[in-house]
Amino acid sequence: MALIDLANPTRFIALVERVLPVLVALSIGFIALGLYQAFFVAPEDYQQGDTVRIMFIHVPAAWLSLFCWSMMSVSALGTLVWRHPLSDVAAKAAVPIGAAFTFVCLVTGSLWGKPMWGTWWMWDARLTSVLVLFIMYLGLAALWSTIEDPIRAGKAAAILTLVGFVNIPIIKFSVDWWNTLHQPASVFRAGGPTIHSSILWPLLIMAIGFTFLFTTLHLLAMRNEILRRRLRTLRMMEAARSDSSVATTTTAAPSTAKLGAAIEAGAE
Amino acid sequence: MSAISALFRRELSLATRAGGGALMGALFFLIVVTVIPFGVGPDMALLARIGPAILWIGALLATLLALDRLFQADRDDGSLDLIIMGEEPVELVVVVKCLAHWAATGLPLVIATPLLAVLMNMEPDAILAATATLAVGTPALTFLGAIGAALTVTLRRGGLLLAILVLPMTVPVLIFGVSATTAAVMEPAPFMTPFLILVALALFSMVIGPIAAGAALKHGLE
Repeated sequence: MALIDLANPTRFIALVERVLPVLVALSIGFIALGLYQAFFVAPEDYQQGDTVRIMFIHVPAAWLSLFCWSMMSVSALGTLVWRHPLSDVAAKAAVPIGAAFTFVCLVTGSLWGKPMWGTWWMWDARLTSVLVLFIMYLGLAALWSTIEDPIRAGKAAAILTLVGFVNIPIIKFSVDWWNTLHQPASVFRAGGPTIHSSILWPLLIMAIGFTFLFTTLHLLAMRNEILRRRLRTLRMMEAARSDSSVATTTTAAPSTAKLGAAIEAGAE
Repeated sequence: MSAISALFRRELSLATRAGGGALMGALFFLIVVTVIPFGVGPDMALLARIGPAILWIGALLATLLALDRLFQADRDDGSLDLIIMGEEPVELVVVVKCLAHWAATGLPLVIATPLLAVLMNMEPDAILAATATLAVGTPALTFLGAIGAALTVTLRRGGLLLAILVLPMTVPVLIFGVSATTAAVMEPAPFMTPFLILVALALFSMVIGPIAAGAALKHGLE
């Protein structure tokens, strides 16, 4: 099925209904396996002790927060360049999920930082840039909720998303460009990962599980958004219809009848 | 070219005459800087240390407050539609409007900086550095702010949203502006490194700001 076929929302929802059970099963399976390994199989770190286990949540959440914005940027291109009708639905549905993953990343990092660094928060480049990412997610959500017309809001949000993408490489390379308290990249780096396989494997399993979780939540949110837009259109059509029927049948007191129809349409 | 210079002159005269409130920004800047010593106490050594940060944050807030005027007034009376539908590319129009806006609201801030820096008990080197960094940095703030101003131009009360959208983007400019100013007085740290990065950020925002703001204005018209 080509990407363009999914432009039909009905077909897209049908596909979502089909793949959703598989995705739910995969996310539960991978996260359960990952958590079991993280808590019972992976060894304690010789320096960090048990706190190293926070990393199994922190690192996948951080990856997903970057992945989500990158996905939204591709959707933004879809909105502005290819005008794919579902791309702004995808972009809108991803915003709260991305914000949630970024929040989880910040909170778990802070919980780990207190025993390890001796402080909840440090204004170093990595932490600051992730905080800026979190604020940008919230700003994007604010922009979406302020503009009522979804098509217009989609275009404005797409532009802001593309501008905000500048932050993504800054976050990724902040640990290399500046001398930060946050440790440098240790998984995706030239020359292979520097983590021992006993910790690396549970981490990768958790990352796969989180990615499936993200996809599940995202497809669900997209389906809800499509249904929400349908409701909005139906409601507007209903209002327009009742408005015109009132205008033709009652001529004696049009202003009160219109008001009544408008209240009815609003109450539905 | 004449259309462009005519636009620049129009923007400038609109901004400097009644209602534009060009000096209002500078006045706000003065008030922010005056209020800080009441908050932190009149400790002259402390003020000298945090002076660059106060000047930069004051300039940032003053720029933000003036930003919603950038496209709003023209949108209200319909001249924005005419300007965008004209022959000049919309990105160039945004550049010209930003430059005129900066000349009316940003330049007074830069001129006021040395005076306010004296109030902050800053050393001569730091005063010079603060003025230089703000001269380079305030255009960057205006160009980045144009993105937010263009995105929120269709909203009736977009001022708060504008600040929320623009402030995260200005963080790098603020960081390098303040660190260059502080480096001018702290001995081992070099002044030129952060200053050149600030210049690069200003040039970068001069490209990305008009492109993004132009796109936002075009889509806002549809």
